[in-house]
Amino acid sequence: MFYIYCPYCGEHREEEEFHPKGQAHIERPKEPEACSDEEWGNYLFFRDNPRGVHHEMWVHAVGCRKFFNVTRHTVSYEILETYKMGEQPSITADSQSQAREGAAVSQQEGVRA
Amino acid sequence: MQRYSGFGLVKHALSHHENWERQWRNPTPKKQYDVIIVGGGGHGLATAYYLAKEFGVKNVAVIEKGWLGGGNTARNTTIVRSNYLWDESAVLYEHAMKLWEGLSQDLNYNVMFSQRGVLNLGHTLQDMRDIQRRVNANRLNGIDGEVLDAKGVQELVPIMDCSKNARYPVMGASWQPRAGVARHDAVAWGYARGADAHGVDILQQTEVTGFKIRDGQIYGVHTNRGDIEAKTVGCVTAGNSSVLANMGGFNLPLESHPLQALVSEPIKPILDTVVMSNQVHGYISQSDKGDLVIGAGIDGYNGYGQRGSYPTVEHTLQAIVEMFPIFSRVRMNRQWGGIVDTCPDACPIISKTPVKGLYFNCGWGTGGFKATPGSGHVFAASLAKGEMHPIAEPFSMFRFHSGALIDEHGAAGVAH
Repeated sequence: MFYIYCPYCGEHREEEEFHPKGQAHIERPKEPEACSDEEWGNYLFFRDNPRGVHHEMWVHAVGCRKFFNVTRHTVSYEILETYKMGEQPSITADSQSQAREGAAVSQQEGVRA
Repeated sequence: MQRYSGFGLVKHALSHHENWERQWRNPTPKKQYDVIIVGGGGHGLATAYYLAKEFGVKNVAVIEKGWLGGGNTARNTTIVRSNYLWDESAVLYEHAMKLWEGLSQDLNYNVMFSQRGVLNLGHTLQDMRDIQRRVNANRLNGIDGEVLDAKGVQELVPIMDCSKNARYPVMGASWQPRAGVARHDAVAWGYARGADAHGVDILQQTEVTGFKIRDGQIYGVHTNRGDIEAKTVGCVTAGNSSVLANMGGFNLPLESHPLQALVSEPIKPILDTVVMSNQVHGYISQSDKGDLVIGAGIDGYNGYGQRGSYPTVEHTLQAIVEMFPIFSRVRMNRQWGGIVDTCPDACPIISKTPVKGLYFNCGWGTGGFKATPGSGHVFAASLAKGEMHPIAEPFSMFRFHSGALIDEHGAAGVAH
């Protein structure tokens, strides 16, 4: 069960108030007519399906009914952050792996945090 | 391979069943194979079995990162049917159905295939129109099917609430008598034993960590037990297919979702068929052990965690109790999740890829189990010949660029 922070309501609410709506940050091609079949097929059907950090849209269906973005880990299911539409994530797969590498180094060297 | 028989059972009883031979070997990986199958679930093992048995390719390895049939093969709700709408999928699933009908004999392994029939309920006028269309399409494709009215459904399943007082009254159903259920573990084990007997190496606890690709042609895989070479590699990895495709340098139009199922405590025989409903969204059958086997839809979010959310379980059981008020006080025993790789058109991908020699069989989404023998058979034929089998051809991954989709959301509307 997720406990999701809606960035518009400014509150944590239970998962049942929300619906997942697929990958976030997909841009419709500006000129669909100019797309090749491959570009158009990629836009319509191909989604990121990472085993790790994923950015996705959710809608607060029985709350404020607004769409927003969630950064979530697809194995641990941990929600790393939620942010409004039009904003960019502060946590990404790259930033996560850098943090992990950093943690590994500090463990190796016995550095105290 | 020691063949199983009634006589063998008696013979082994004399030695207190202590001398049964192991069903398959646990070999060390060779350096090189003709074909490598990645993924030791039902589809992968079936592929290896048919490769060795029917297509004469015996130097085959099945590479499995966990244990055999530990993924969706052991997590599904065991329903087998072939009443799909479109010609392409009807032919594919019916091919599987025909193999199911002789599978226990073929494998010398009791897969407990029980043709107890499947009902797909209709609760609205539009449901009934769709059912009529689908049953007609099935019959034109030589697949058995009947349209039943509410009375006919009630006669088949007396315990179901078919009254007008139900919130979504049952108006009728499609009925496929040849459909049914099978014992899913036995399918994996039977295929593994058969493949092993034909010389296939089954490598468990072996994880593929990368592909060896030179000039766009595959020539092996990296694993945690060293490199293994093969010029033909078939990936049958369900929920993890996107991850493997990315290792090969391309994308698949898949999204991995948790799909949950649950079983009740064992009760006396009460339900002798399979009931599915797209509209109230749930399906149920009773296993030979007596437990009710229940499932419904996927969790809507992407996930690889083999578990889902509690509200999904609640919705599933609401649907079941809506259809079967008599089950309202049955207690649930176990609940679990599997990772299904869903495709935008609810049809699988059985396909060549941009990498020569690398093939994928994936995207079965919520309904792969029923297709296990057929999927393995056509995939084996394709791997052996280097050309896609005619039944597999429409299921190319390139259909998402050509636009030739096979939209089975009607027949596959509820997880199945």
